[in-house]
Amino acid sequence: MSETKKFLYVNRKAPYGTIYALESLEVVLIGAAFEQDVALAFIDDGVYQLTQGQDTTGIGVKNFSPTYKALGDFDVNKIYIEKESLEARGLTLDDLMPLKYEDEDDDWAEKDSIHVVSSEELSEIMDQSDVVLSF
Amino acid sequence: MAMLHTVNKSPTDRNTLESCIRLAKKGGSVLLIEDGVYGAIKGAAKADTVSNAMSGLSFYVLGPDLKARGISEDKIIDGIKVVDYNGFVDLVSEHDTTQSWL
Amino acid sequence: MKLSVQINEGPYTHAASDTAYQFTKAALEKGHEIFRVFFYHDGVNNGTRFTTPPQDDRNLVNLWSELAEKHNLDMVVCVAAAQRRGIVDPDEAKRNGKDGNNIAPGFRISGLGQLIEAGIQSDRLVVFGD
Repeated sequence: MSETKKFLYVNRKAPYGTIYALESLEVVLIGAAFEQDVALAFIDDGVYQLTQGQDTTGIGVKNFSPTYKALGDFDVNKIYIEKESLEARGLTLDDLMPLKYEDEDDDWAEKDSIHVVSSEELSEIMDQSDVVLSF
Repeated sequence: MAMLHTVNKSPTDRNTLESCIRLAKKGGSVLLIEDGVYGAIKGAAKADTVSNAMSGLSFYVLGPDLKARGISEDKIIDGIKVVDYNGFVDLVSEHDTTQSWL
Repeated sequence: MKLSVQINEGPYTHAASDTAYQFTKAALEKGHEIFRVFFYHDGVNNGTRFTTPPQDDRNLVNLWSELAEKHNLDMVVCVAAAQRRGIVDPDEAKRNGKDGNNIAPGFRISGLGQLIEAGIQSDRLVVFGD
């Protein structure tokens, strides 16, 4: 498949209460093999998927939050977080897991995958996408 | 690059409609389906938000979902167009991308 | 135009599968091509032939199967989501040592790559869910 499309995965749901966050992540991981232009957006309660310190030992469910840290190794390094959603939940960037990737075009320098963007900026990113998968 | 947004939640149950309106780029369209059709009612909780958004976005509502819920078309906010499933398909093909606000 | 449809909820609890069915039927009747219908999350529950709703209710599983037969639809149930929820075809039954299968006619079980491929190959992808 020669065509490259811009895929945007939109995450608006918190983890653990429902399975959407986990199964969305599974699509992202499989999709990474297709060499498309991939971006992830975290909006509304979706920002809770990336919070630090998740510990699921007490609820008997797998803690899948470490998987987000591996996304950079799959060339998934455009992670957009809506600033308004973070602020509405009393969160800052420091409350989120640091997600990094190594930039092969810049002597493998370690860079941040997370970009906190305004509603206007995110609106533009969405509009430029070819395929939007919502979870 | 206009986008079609679908909203399927009642605005008095979830914030889906508000988020969609906040993030939908001007020039796009919003189609209210399933319980999303409650957002099309005149005088309902988020009716002003919808009316104000109409300067930048076109609003549609799925007729069969309205009818199923006993909402007559004269209760709908002025400017929202009623479409059937054929109209839904046309909206999808007329816009470059569809985003479902789940 | 070439369209694909993703369904994230099972029949009966949520309207997603009903809406997706009406949408898909309308699209086919208007002459559009449906490249693929992909069932994910609880949407895999649309693919069990053991569904037995009351006589006066619509049988969504049968409706999908009939639509698939009439229009030669490619209806794919995600394997990972299906395994979690007990949707099994004869191959999966053998592989996982299950004593039966329940896949409905017209559905096939395959990987998530089929969803990504649908996104790449189709002019439009429409998601129905909760």
